[in-house]
Amino acid sequence: MKKREEKKSVKGFLMQVFILLFGFVMVYPVLWMISSAFKENKDIFTDIGLVPTVFNFNAFIDGWRGVGNANFGVFFFNSFKIVIPVVVLTILSGLLVAYGFARFPFPGKKILFSIMIATLMLPTSVLTIPTYVMFSKVGWVNTYLPFIVPAAFSTSAFFVYMLVQFIRGIPVELDEAARIDGCNSFQILVQVIVPLCKPAIFSAGIFRFMWTWNDFFGNLIYINTVTKYPISLGLRMAIDNTAGSVNWSSIMAMSVLSILPPVILFFVAQDYFVEGIATTGIK
Amino acid sequence: MKSKKKKAFSNWIGLLYVSPWLIGFLLFTLYPILSSVYYSFTDFSIASAPVWIGFKNYVEIFTKDKLALPSLAITFKYVFLSVPAKLIFALFVAMILNTNMKGVNFYRTVYYLPSILGGSVAIAVLWRFLFRRDGIVNLILQAVGLPYLDWIGSPKFALGTVALLAVWQFGSSMVLFLSGLKQVPQELYEAAEVDGATKVRQFFSITLPMITPVVSFNVIMQLINGFQEFTGPYVITSGGPLNSTYVFAIHLYNSAFKYFRTGYASALSWILFMAIMVFTVILFKFFDRFTYYEDGGKF
Repeated sequence: MKKREEKKSVKGFLMQVFILLFGFVMVYPVLWMISSAFKENKDIFTDIGLVPTVFNFNAFIDGWRGVGNANFGVFFFNSFKIVIPVVVLTILSGLLVAYGFARFPFPGKKILFSIMIATLMLPTSVLTIPTYVMFSKVGWVNTYLPFIVPAAFSTSAFFVYMLVQFIRGIPVELDEAARIDGCNSFQILVQVIVPLCKPAIFSAGIFRFMWTWNDFFGNLIYINTVTKYPISLGLRMAIDNTAGSVNWSSIMAMSVLSILPPVILFFVAQDYFVEGIATTGIK
Repeated sequence: MKSKKKKAFSNWIGLLYVSPWLIGFLLFTLYPILSSVYYSFTDFSIASAPVWIGFKNYVEIFTKDKLALPSLAITFKYVFLSVPAKLIFALFVAMILNTNMKGVNFYRTVYYLPSILGGSVAIAVLWRFLFRRDGIVNLILQAVGLPYLDWIGSPKFALGTVALLAVWQFGSSMVLFLSGLKQVPQELYEAAEVDGATKVRQFFSITLPMITPVVSFNVIMQLINGFQEFTGPYVITSGGPLNSTYVFAIHLYNSAFKYFRTGYASALSWILFMAIMVFTVILFKFFDRFTYYEDGGKF
């Protein structure tokens, strides 16, 4: 018996070592990127270490200048101009719709709900072109409206589904009690459901933030003026422009800055985050 | 009478709440889908009006277009390189983390981190730097005495390098597997242990059947995403070298937004859609056979 326990603890130790080493390999690229941002340009491709010999902030200063009249401050600001309305509208519309699906019977509910679930699995590449045609007809190309307006109409079924699942878990008795106290259905939503939904709201908001922040394809097709570029396009332009002169460390520096907002958000709210994935699934 | 009226109202109030989604669905999903079907049968560029040409676009995809079918084949290859590896890693690490290990939350964070960043341009750029011929990966390989590879520059390895970026993001699947594994009743393993079943046998007879729903969900979602991958191959290798990473999504993008062949690109998007649907249906059928149902209904 004792021997077996010993064997078990040795095995546990080995697994711990493996998982630690493997984890290090996983995050090494990100750590390397961060350290490269502080390294001298000439050291980037010769130094595999993670601690720069001297901390050098030139790359940040050089990189920040960007190209022409658009510096990275502009790109960051533009990204926030897209992301913040998208996140807020996704949550507001998502709550209304999820509340409707989770709490009320209405004609055609079953079929509408199935349609919504089906759109979860719809490959979005089918929608890209006709949506682009539609938005270009109304003159929305080179504005942020193609990202913001659909968010106001719960176009991402994922978030509605996530909120529906969560609201279903809230006891209906709470609604009933509030109704007896004289609340109408909207007051019930605001005063009973929303406060209890906080974890789901947070995790939906975080997902939406990250996906919108990281989005490249949508930005690429809709935005074509440099001063309107969000961070993804700004970064790509910086690489293309330095292809000859290769100021690698400043590209690394800007890459590091560009991943900061989602990383900070992730670390601040990771409990909500994991809960969100565990309850609904998907990326 | 009054309650009936009230009931009639509450019948509609639900619809009122879901109306934002309903409008959004009609305007931003259904209408685009229908118009895309129509566009796919037309000669159409953004600047001009669509002209009906029947099946010509589809015929062109299969006969004249020298890039369409090869890029579809590359996309299949990409999916087969990335999705299985990603999910096997995810399941493997999830199973290790499920053994009541110390610091599970810490590792979960560490392994999840790439999934947060993976889709971004910054990471695609990083990949380009890491796997350059004189990049850091080759430096490490040489340091431990292994031969270095031309990860991005050679048509043989480029697609694998791009797929590796997807595999690196296995964290999201892992978290899902982890929550699935937590729900497998421990008694089953204890009973199997008593019966003398090996660990391997336990994995195939207990673990896998019990988590099939999570597995099938993961496989299907990863597949749908994999077939549409754009950012990785576009930013890391721009489809090269020698078109070895020219995936279907890039071909779609070029046709629509570089050559402005909107009608033709719509037809391309429906071919991709069909490919995804066929796979999804096959997989659904496949998983349905293996899924364990609590009520023992189907097996």
